Amino acid sequence: MGGGRGTARQYDLTPHLASGQFPHRFGCVFKKVDQRIVTHAPTVLGQLHGLANPHRFMGFASAATPWCMALAGTLLIAGLYGALFAAPADYQQGDSARIMYVHVPAAWLAMAGYSGIVIASAIGLIFKHPLADTAAKSMALPGAVFTALALITGSLWGKPTWGTFWVWDARLTSVLVLLFLYVGYMAIWEAIEEPTRAARAAAILALVGAVNVPIIHYSVEWWSTLHQGTSVLRKDGPSMPWSMLWPLLSMAFAYQALFAGIVLVRMRSEILERRLRTRRLSLGEEAP
Amino acid sequence: MRAFWGLVWRDTVLAARIGGGFGLGFGFFALVIALVPLGVGPDPETLRQAAPGLLWLAAILSVLISLDRLFQADFEDGTLDILRLSPMPLELMVLAKVLAHWLTACLPLVLAGPLLCPILGLPVEAMVPTGLTLLAGTPALSLIGAIGAALSVGVRRGGLLIAAICLPLFAPTLIFGAGALKAAVDGTEMLTPLVLLAAQSLFALAIAPWAAAGALRVNMT
Amino acid sequence: MKTVSSLTADRLTVIRGGRLVFRDISWTAESGSVLAVHGRNGAGKSTLLRCVAGLLEPASGRVHFGLPRGDEREASALVHYVGHHDAVKAALSVRETLQAWRRVLGGSAQQVDMALAKWQLLPIAELPGQYLSAGQRRRVALARLSVADRPVWLLDEPSAALDQAARAILLDNGEAHLRAGGIILAASHEPLWPQARVLDLSLQAAA
Repeated sequence: MGGGRGTARQYDLTPHLASGQFPHRFGCVFKKVDQRIVTHAPTVLGQLHGLANPHRFMGFASAATPWCMALAGTLLIAGLYGALFAAPADYQQGDSARIMYVHVPAAWLAMAGYSGIVIASAIGLIFKHPLADTAAKSMALPGAVFTALALITGSLWGKPTWGTFWVWDARLTSVLVLLFLYVGYMAIWEAIEEPTRAARAAAILALVGAVNVPIIHYSVEWWSTLHQGTSVLRKDGPSMPWSMLWPLLSMAFAYQALFAGIVLVRMRSEILERRLRTRRLSLGEEAP
Repeated sequence: MRAFWGLVWRDTVLAARIGGGFGLGFGFFALVIALVPLGVGPDPETLRQAAPGLLWLAAILSVLISLDRLFQADFEDGTLDILRLSPMPLELMVLAKVLAHWLTACLPLVLAGPLLCPILGLPVEAMVPTGLTLLAGTPALSLIGAIGAALSVGVRRGGLLIAAICLPLFAPTLIFGAGALKAAVDGTEMLTPLVLLAAQSLFALAIAPWAAAGALRVNMT
Repeated sequence: MKTVSSLTADRLTVIRGGRLVFRDISWTAESGSVLAVHGRNGAGKSTLLRCVAGLLEPASGRVHFGLPRGDEREASALVHYVGHHDAVKAALSVRETLQAWRRVLGGSAQQVDMALAKWQLLPIAELPGQYLSAGQRRRVALARLSVADRPVWLLDEPSAALDQAARAILLDNGEAHLRAGGIILAASHEPLWPQARVLDLSLQAAA
């Protein structure tokens, strides 16, 4: 920065150009764009486009999506068979305990989804890698949906077990606050139009949320003991018999494969949308 | 440091002169509290049970409505640009504005909030604990609120966004604030939740200036 | 005032909201000189000034302040920026406004009175911002240039809303700043200082 003499601020786009894919990626775009822009196309369009190495990713995503979906479908069928027919009914709760097979994996994914957003946001903030921003954005809605699914299935399970749809149980409350965090995160993406700005703002919120998640969790635990009275979700630890465990794991992997597939589709559409935006803007530049 | 206190002074004077100043936040707080019996009925026992939570909810709402202007007003009239040209780091600038916000929006609640205890059926002895919990917990509200306000600068319908961002993050403060107060009212040990409440304010002090300054830099480009 | 020997923009490119505002702009302003930034609406005059002030990151290129070896001050300590907005609060008097800016920008105590005198604001010094006319508010915003010594003035349409007399004050104060070795960058539709060199962004964009 600045060298020995005086102060100066130096910016360059070398990181964006580092990937060999770059010029190739824009090869087709160059021909259509005015010669004036072409001279500086790698830097300017690179920044405009905002995706450091989208070409390779798009190829990977297109190839991987059907595999994810197929895996999800297979595991889902196997898991549902195991959950509904192979596994024994709970000796206390009867058949209603089978909701566990759709509930627990959703709750895991609710937390995994938020963790994914946080990790992608950190990468996006530190390395300024647009693909990470896209990943974080794409994980938000599916993550929120699985969080809502965990809450809904939890309350459906609560009706026969607790006799009411909603109990202010510590876990349910934590997951509810997590859903609110998802909503706030998505609200930022919605509210800020310019993608890079939205990405950084959302990433800051995701990180702030992440450091708060343990605080929220422990405060809710503390609050729950203060207002004791509600039962806690039974912990079916490792002592769970294999006949119940394998459908649960199968469902968990099915959910994760489905989540991955949805995220890949959403990332692709997001990238295509940005390309469209870029083309429109460069066409606008050309117009007299 | 002169720049820091200069900014605190300026923001405090501005808040004091515009729109009722110190009284506005407290007025809103009192209004919410006064409406509660109209909603849940005048039974003193019911009110006393709910009082700690209600006092804290009202405090949170009253802080929330004041957050809207924390950075937005200075953003709109070009003041933030000039503040960024100060030799003072942006993080300190945020801290100065948060301090001024706390002085004008929260301190009145700390001082006058306990006066509303009788309305909710709380004994006079609950007044000091009420003030104490507000004193320990409201800094966390101002600080976390500043993150939400900074993220919402220059955004359409920013006020709604602030609420969506801040309310979930306020949950622990509400829990320990109301919990400590309830412990005091019930005559059980309130020190632990009170200390945890203060710890939250300190923790917020450690992260909020950086997060809010980062958000301002993002939103001002 | 500690001056800078020169102010240089080296191949500045700015992209905002996905739109290329300008590309590869280079220029130098020596100590004591004025650069008049011209250009049609949307050519990027304001963007250029914000970029020099460090309020906006360029996509590439850099801004260089000519400082003696070992002097590590950054843009935030070297420039005054008067943008479109006057940053005058309705509830603060003119004197209070300048007092606040003096503290924030790091000027000395007597500079507020000097600024009031230089910009002929003494008669309205105790008037709250809400009673000021547009021209008076503009003059208060410009008076900020005198509450702290900074070598580079970045002025965005400084003469907007100013009448002939106020414009003369602006030109006089600008001259004094230049004589003291300062640098002025002014984006404007009308010619202000006659000795100014012109940087036309419209031409740049078309080149």
